[in-house]
Amino acid sequence: MNEQNSNTGVIESRTFNLPVDNIDTDQIIPAQFLTTTEREGLGRFCFHAWRYNDDGTPKSSSPLRSHDRLTQQVLVAGSNFGCGSSREHAPWSLLDYGFRAVVSSRFADIFRSNALKNGLLPVQVDEAVVDFLFDHPDHAVRIDIGSRTADIQNYGQVDFPLEPFSAYCLTRGIDQLEFILQHRNDIQAYEDRL
Amino acid sequence: MTRPSTLFEKIWQRHVVRQETADTPAILYIDLQLLHEVTSPQAFDELKRRGLQVRRPDRCLATIDHSTPTTPPDADGTRHYVTEQAKAQVDRLHANCAGHGIELHGWDSPHRGIVHVMGPELGATQPGMTIVCGDSHTATHGAFGALAFGIGTTEVGHVLATQCLLQTKPKTLGIRIEGELGPAVTAKDVILHVIGVLGVGGGTGSVIEYFGSTVRAMDMESRMTMCNMSIECGARAGMVAPDQATFDYLQDRPLAPQGEDWTQAVEDWKTLSTDAGASHDRLVEIDAADIRPSVTWGTNPGMVIAVDGRVPDRDGAATREALEYMQLRGGARLAGEPVNVVFIGSCTNSRLTDLRAAASVLEGQQVANGIRVLVVPGSEATRRAAEAEGLDRIFLAAGAEWREPGCSMCIAMNGDIARPGDLVVSTSNRNFKGRQGRAVRTVLASPLTAAASAITGRVTDPRGFLEPRQGAMQA
Repeated sequence: MNEQNSNTGVIESRTFNLPVDNIDTDQIIPAQFLTTTEREGLGRFCFHAWRYNDDGTPKSSSPLRSHDRLTQQVLVAGSNFGCGSSREHAPWSLLDYGFRAVVSSRFADIFRSNALKNGLLPVQVDEAVVDFLFDHPDHAVRIDIGSRTADIQNYGQVDFPLEPFSAYCLTRGIDQLEFILQHRNDIQAYEDRL
Repeated sequence: MTRPSTLFEKIWQRHVVRQETADTPAILYIDLQLLHEVTSPQAFDELKRRGLQVRRPDRCLATIDHSTPTTPPDADGTRHYVTEQAKAQVDRLHANCAGHGIELHGWDSPHRGIVHVMGPELGATQPGMTIVCGDSHTATHGAFGALAFGIGTTEVGHVLATQCLLQTKPKTLGIRIEGELGPAVTAKDVILHVIGVLGVGGGTGSVIEYFGSTVRAMDMESRMTMCNMSIECGARAGMVAPDQATFDYLQDRPLAPQGEDWTQAVEDWKTLSTDAGASHDRLVEIDAADIRPSVTWGTNPGMVIAVDGRVPDRDGAATREALEYMQLRGGARLAGEPVNVVFIGSCTNSRLTDLRAAASVLEGQQVANGIRVLVVPGSEATRRAAEAEGLDRIFLAAGAEWREPGCSMCIAMNGDIARPGDLVVSTSNRNFKGRQGRAVRTVLASPLTAAASAITGRVTDPRGFLEPRQGAMQA
């Protein structure tokens, strides 16, 4: 159970679209599943209310019915993805469901932070890029964490922002907690001044 | 002379253990970590896996609130949890806190409550502090001039192990609110109005400082209500510079500084305000006169109208979908819409002044036929104070339920849940689809609006229910 999955630095996959703005973390994983004390196996609750009826049968109208978990590892979603609750269960469930990256024109702060700590890559791009992907479902993309670029077939290459430290941690599997622990002496010195 | 700085910058600067560099975020010291049962177990597991100890158990404070039943226990003390797993989660926090020497306010504590109600009541929340919790409504504590924000479970582990977090400095957003609030306009209406103006993502990447004469005039519980919902426009933190109201609230609280320490602390706290000449990265100005009792009509907290207003009828997928979910017609009035449940509680509106406001409307009245009304105090201390004033008897006489403290129907993970299709007028903070139960339609409102709606059984403008009865109903 690593703090984050180490990542080769490149994600080559097809996209899956959820063209909805403001997808909150209650949609990604409803609160009824938060009584767990585990972080694994939460994919079955991912977008639960979108996928299942009250009686537990699959919803025939669910957009996620057509999702191919093996080939579509890049989720493309509307603006302000991951707003609301700070539950880290949201990226845990998205990863376990099969997504490795989310493309959106804006991410909520806490979701973005949680995603990066678990190796789920938030790819923030202009709305025009998202709109292009919405118009071209199941589209081939190649996302390079090192160069912070996404190659989108028939569109071109776009940049996305990623703090150097996050990119470093993601590509080398470096652990943020270890980084803080390396500065124990600074922390001790700070506490001594209090 | 030092460069003029904002309240946020002063607190940030005091807590930098290691400065941000081009390649690495700052290491920021955290004065207080609040813990609850839902977002902490995996963090404790991670410490165990790595063989790490909790660095400063004295800087942690824990409670149980989310998964806990709000029904009274049986005579033999048995609590009725929604599932065995919910009970196991609470038991796990007890074990983790006992194992690491962390103070936990469990069932037997006279202070137990919603984490963002209990912290301030105990005086644990103080000006100038950095405060975190695995909970997005941690912004509440910013009402005291603290830098307080929600974090994920991995970061909960970071703070347990190191008392520090890696942070990139956010931008600041000043929200100046000037003028006197109108009748029946509360802090809840103010923050709903602000979120309506900014939009549900308008504060992303920012820390908000609320200031201006309207904010200055607010009592501490109102400031907490306002700061609480900062996250609903995307801001991780919201804060108000401390003043005499802050000091008066904190004085003599169990965990507040005492004696000579108190005097020194207040002197320091008085320096915690934004200097003249310092500016925020962005400024939004709000005229208090524009704020009416406000409610949400849709499926995120940015979908706000005045309670006497009409829901939007403009085209657009988001509006259409929200209207469809809420079973509302574009351009229609929300006032008058039949209500099934009224929920008065949550870390936004479960404090004594909230309960007093609701009771002032419900006193001598009856809840409308067939309407379920839950009143859930935010903490044991609030419950005792409310019962000492007889507020519980007012609620019970009106036909409402008076329950035990907890998050209850705000997050609806403890079994306090509405039925599919129900319309809930709720003093909580989120109206996301399914938040209060499958297909449940949430209308966020102030305690006054919620109480007025309980009496009529319809979404109701509270201005006709003010004490003393005001003859003229304002349209």
